[in-house]
Amino acid sequence: MTAPSLSAPFVEGLQRGEIRYQACIGCGAAQTLARYACRACGSAQLEWRTAGGSGRVYAMTSVARAPSEEFRALAPYTLAIVELQEGPRLMGHASPDVRIGDPVLAHFFEFGGRRLIRFTKEE
Amino acid sequence: MKQAYIAGAGNTVFGRHEGSGALDLMAQAAQKALDDAQLGRADIDGVLCGYATTLPHLMLSTLFCERFSLEPAYAHSMQLGGATGCAMLMLARELVRTGRCSNVLVVAGENRLSGQARDSAIQTLAQVGDADFEVPNGASVPAYYALLASRYMHETGLTEEDLAEFAVLMRANAARHPDAHLRSAISAKDVLASKTICAPLKLLDCCPISDGAMALVVSAAPRNATQIAIAGAGQAHRHQHLSAIADTHNYGARDAARRAFEEARLQPADIDYLAIYDSFTITLAILIEETGFAERGGSAQRVRAGDFAPAGPLPLNTHGGLLSFGHSGVAGGMGHAVEAYRQLSGRAGDRQVESRTRAFVHADGGVLSSHVSLVLARED
Repeated sequence: MTAPSLSAPFVEGLQRGEIRYQACIGCGAAQTLARYACRACGSAQLEWRTAGGSGRVYAMTSVARAPSEEFRALAPYTLAIVELQEGPRLMGHASPDVRIGDPVLAHFFEFGGRRLIRFTKEE
Repeated sequence: MKQAYIAGAGNTVFGRHEGSGALDLMAQAAQKALDDAQLGRADIDGVLCGYATTLPHLMLSTLFCERFSLEPAYAHSMQLGGATGCAMLMLARELVRTGRCSNVLVVAGENRLSGQARDSAIQTLAQVGDADFEVPNGASVPAYYALLASRYMHETGLTEEDLAEFAVLMRANAARHPDAHLRSAISAKDVLASKTICAPLKLLDCCPISDGAMALVVSAAPRNATQIAIAGAGQAHRHQHLSAIADTHNYGARDAARRAFEEARLQPADIDYLAIYDSFTITLAILIEETGFAERGGSAQRVRAGDFAPAGPLPLNTHGGLLSFGHSGVAGGMGHAVEAYRQLSGRAGDRQVESRTRAFVHADGGVLSSHVSLVLARED
């Protein structure tokens, strides 16, 4: 049996409709992506927590030139980096009307056999 | 420690080389660099080469050495994305300074344009993104840089019109270089009207994919009366992925530049030529601003004032940069240093700018992930 990848809890979370992020058991810092150690204090004692799904748009683009045949069917599509309320940043799709600074809420959609995140404006 | 000098440079034409492989192109550029340095094959005791996406070989350096009939005492290849060329020059300098090598050949090249389908190249490059968090969204390198651009423009007030200025300048420079990939003149209006790739980046904000190769020789003994020393070098690596960028005031370029200047015992004010990586217009704007050659958000004003033009106080990428000379991977990122060497040594032909003595060279790899700065200094 192969060991699960470092990001497996995040990927599994998506399948269950949860957004998971890494946090340090020692200092409590939440961090973006997956690491073997805490970026803030260096501790290797990390755990995965579930985020509430709300955050603010940190950066965004509208992709006109998709990188593959599969995604050409979806183009143009909006990608955003959202700063979650819990702190970590997360890339996802977004509705085209979102702008930097907007409060957004995460939803899920199925595409190409996987579940992806789509952020929409929080009313 | 000893000083290390750039002793020679060579390049192929950039553009489409139908039927030529990575090694064919590397061999052409390497031969020109050896000829330029007036060195024979037996003089080369170190070889550093970049990776080639069209030739993912386990041992590219020794494969190249065998084909090119070299038997160096030290060789390997290096992978640091767009920063590979500058990182190889930094290492070549260390190998020479410590006495490990006398003449190091630094070479890279590939048939990135004609050797694969465009989608294949784009997907290979997209893998600098996180495999679980970023790439599955249908992201690509232009998308990463567009996201980066949106944030930077939001914070600094830099506009799409500002970015267009850089594309126009690079094209005008490339028009003066016979080996450049894209040489037909463009206006800011053309840039703004070009089709959107990933907003706010349009086609003419992005570098082309090219075939081509570049080579430099770094030596313990200068080969010409005009000596170009690599006087300082520095690196910084603060993140790999776009999502993990923590500080938009210091992506790492500032740290790398500071280290290079400290080592060279020089300051940005001493620099009179700029050689800055420009995969996208936004890359160039951010790197110029972060390394201190323009105020934050103020780089385009300097372009409009003519400061970075060939006749200005700080000529920038007079070969046309990645944006117009072309981008064939590692070789594309070496082009800036090759041109800086030629300008400083007074051998840039029709493109020669007024006498220059000190160049700042900077490259990034990934998504402003890996940074390498070099300071070149002329010693008469």
